[in-house]
Parts: sequence; structure tokens; C-alpha cells
Amino acid sequence: MTSRPGLHLKTYLAIFVIVIFAPLGSVLLGKGMKGVGSAATWTFNDLLPVFLRILSNGYIWLGIGSLLTFFVAYMMILSWADYSYVQPSTSLSYATVAILSHFFLGELITPLRWLGVAIICTGVFIVGRTSPRAHGAH
Amino acid sequence: MRTFIFFFLIIVSGTGGELCVSRAMRGMGELHDFGPKSIVDFVLRALCQPWMWVGVAMMAVGFFSLLAVLSFRDVSFVVPVSALSYAAGAFGAKAFLGERISQNRWLGIAIVCVGVTIVWWSGR
Repeated sequence: MTSRPGLHLKTYLAIFVIVIFAPLGSVLLGKGMKGVGSAATWTFNDLLPVFLRILSNGYIWLGIGSLLTFFVAYMMILSWADYSYVQPSTSLSYATVAILSHFFLGELITPLRWLGVAIICTGVFIVGRTSPRAHGAH
Repeated sequence: MRTFIFFFLIIVSGTGGELCVSRAMRGMGELHDFGPKSIVDFVLRALCQPWMWVGVAMMAVGFFSLLAVLSFRDVSFVVPVSALSYAAGAFGAKAFLGERISQNRWLGIAIVCVGVTIVWWSGR
């Protein structure tokens, strides 16, 4: 990466979009699926109406839209920034998921769950800091 | 038990799908020209790869399993637990694609697994 100021701004903006829209997508899918409801028996006859309710649920489509926005931003940023720079920053999404699901869905996040989420963020950060192409890879 | 089965599908089928797509893309060669025509051509050639279809089918199974589990579990439980796919991805890439995984990456994956275990406890 070069150090042009415009490039930095563009990079931070794309990371912001990634860290917000991927979790937002999951939260919207969660909201949609709570409205659709769980299948009772998981047989084909039972799953078909659930499938149709999924397709006609607005939150599901908003969720898919959010995930697509995330995906496009992710592809775009990888065209100019290093993967080993981008991937660790996306580890923040795990914290965003907890925050958004607390405020939008009213989920109770216990201290134990926060601890788990913080450890996952750390782990994902370390995974991303390693070289995307290890020596000796084919 | 139901939760466990769906997580198994999300992680194994989702990651397996990505590995198949990755394998299909290896057979394609690198994309150098990013004009609209060459991108369309690239996508059409990708669709001719059998591994691509296996991958897309598996990713679809993974996505619908995610929707299924979201219908009865908290989002703040489901998303962190599905981070286990980092571990599945590393094992799969090693076995299926012959990639070498660095020590640092294994360390990160081990830390993710500790975090997932704690989140799993928090959901019991």
C-alpha cells in the first residue's frame, strides 16, 4: 500500500462498510427468521411453506442486500489493499454483531458471551495477520 | 442436538463449499484483465468447472442451515460460534488443497476455538 491520504480515507471507509454491513446482514437475517418462525417437524411438507415465507420476508432480502454490500466492499478493498491488512480489521465484525443484536434485537449479552466474543476477535486478528500465502504452498 | 446438527452443516458445508470453489478457481488461472468482456468470459468459464457447482450447492446448504439456526437461536450466539469455520477452513485447505498453514495461523485458530467454546457455554 502507498501512503496517499486519499487512499487511506478510501480504505478506512471500505473497512467501515465491511465491519458494519456483514454483521447488519446477520442481524437482519436473524430478525427475519424470528418472524418466519422455526419449522415444526423438519419434513419436506413442513419445510416448503417455511421456504416460501423466507422468500417473502422483507428483512431476509434486506439482510441479503447487506451481505452483498459487504461482499462488494470486500472485493473492492482487496483490489488495492493487502489481504493481511484487511482481514485482521474485519475481526471487529464479531464485536459489531454483539452490539447490533443487543440494540436491534434486544438480545441479552452476558459477560461470559462478551468474553468469548473478545477472544474470538483476538483469534481472528491473529489468523489474518499471518501471510495469506505460506511458504511452500502450491 | 438440533443446534449441533445445523452448526455442523453451516461449518462443514459452508467451508467445504468454499474449498470446492477455491479448487475450481485454481483450475482457471489468474485473471489479469478486468474489462467487462473478460469478466463475463471468466464467470462463464468458471460455471463450466464441476467443482464450482459442487461448491455452490454446498454453500447453499450452509446458508439455509444458517437461516434455520437463526430461527430459534440468538444472532449473538450463532455468528460467533460459526467462527469455527476458520478451523474447518485450515484443516480443509491442508487436506484438500495441500496448503501449508503457518504456526501463527494455528495459534489464531486455537484462540478462536477457545472463544467459540466460551460463547457455546454462554448459550446453554
